Amino acid sequence: MIEFTFWDILRNLLLATRWTILLSLIAFVGGATVGLLLTFMRLSSNRWLQRLTSLYVDLFQGTPLLMQLFLIFFGAAAMGHQISAWLAASIALTLFTSAFLCDIWRGCLEAVAKGQWHASQVLGMNYFQTMRHVILPQALRLSIPPTVGFSVQVIKGTALASIIGFVELTKAGTMLNNATFEPFTIFALVALLYFALCYPLSCYARYLEKKLYDAGLR
Amino acid sequence: MGPTLDFLTLLPYVSELLKGLTTTVILTVVTTLTGLALAVVVAYMRANAQPWVRWGLGGYVELTRNTPFIVQLFFIFFGLPGLGIKIDAITAAFIAMTLNLAAYSAEILRAGISATAKGQLEAGRALGMTTLQSYRHVVLVPAFARVYPALISQSIIVMLGSAVVSQISVFDLTYAANFIQSRNFRSFEVYLLITLIYLLLAFGMRRSFMLVGKRVFAYQQGEQR
Repeated sequence: MIEFTFWDILRNLLLATRWTILLSLIAFVGGATVGLLLTFMRLSSNRWLQRLTSLYVDLFQGTPLLMQLFLIFFGAAAMGHQISAWLAASIALTLFTSAFLCDIWRGCLEAVAKGQWHASQVLGMNYFQTMRHVILPQALRLSIPPTVGFSVQVIKGTALASIIGFVELTKAGTMLNNATFEPFTIFALVALLYFALCYPLSCYARYLEKKLYDAGLR
Repeated sequence: MGPTLDFLTLLPYVSELLKGLTTTVILTVVTTLTGLALAVVVAYMRANAQPWVRWGLGGYVELTRNTPFIVQLFFIFFGLPGLGIKIDAITAAFIAMTLNLAAYSAEILRAGISATAKGQLEAGRALGMTTLQSYRHVVLVPAFARVYPALISQSIIVMLGSAVVSQISVFDLTYAANFIQSRNFRSFEVYLLITLIYLLLAFGMRRSFMLVGKRVFAYQQGEQR
């Protein structure tokens, strides 16, 4: 029987935190890429594309992330592809993130006053010129605070990957707990580590929000 | 050789499904009410109590908002017994969901409350209302009406997040899904069906919230926005 000191526990949790960070990064970068694509699909003039995108967003916002994870993990197995917990978690979190980011970004693009579209048209700009020189620069500024804020949700979402067996921070916590029977210390530490990851991002998002507000853009 | 879906294998498990559904619905209804009630208290005290109370409540709100729900649940269910506080799974789920919803909603409400001009409160006092009366009618109810859509979304997020309570063996919808797929080995069909039920629950929740809102905040309509 191995004895775990407090430092052993902390060290193991810190090592597992790497995987939480990596999974969060994958989900965020993947989600942002897919989300960007979806945002443009949503804004296209094709009605079917618009509907399809809203359906996608509604589906992912209206169902538990845990179920999305299970469906991908077990769905792939049902189709005859055994995929690792790693891959399943990356795919599920990417899709989940993309749906929320698409919704956030669409809101930002729509928040730019409609009159600016007309004004640009009057000035003889086409769709892409208007987008590039008028709408996007403003929407981008609006979108940064909520996007940073959402990254906190992504980090917290990665905790669910523990349920399909991916060893990140939460799973490391339950495993250490099974070995040491010190649930209070361990889960308090796990919570503090998540807090250490998320709180700075939350504060930064709030700061950016305030800056926009002070600039009179909100 | 494509995969074949067979939903008929789910038929013998209707009673488990119903049991899980009942638990999820009851947990959601109760924690939505307790969570929002607690949120009002927290939001009020964060605006009016002594500095150290405000500081403590701020810590609670930030800790809750910046840690995953599943860790909060594990801390309450596995961690607290370490201090001699023993609670059963369903109570732990109830406490965790209430505290989670309350923290987010208190923050949402705070935004609504701070939008009320101070002069209005004084006007209420001048009309002869007590402090609590004027707070309720002048600040709280309009604040609630203002942030109501955000509160609906947050309550739905907590309902969806409650899928995690299956991990501490609460027999909710997700637990039913895990139970059934361990018996009939049709995991994909089971999870597909359960996901659909969650989707319907989310939809139903939004509709009923909006119906309630229409009645409760009826006299405020037109004034908003």
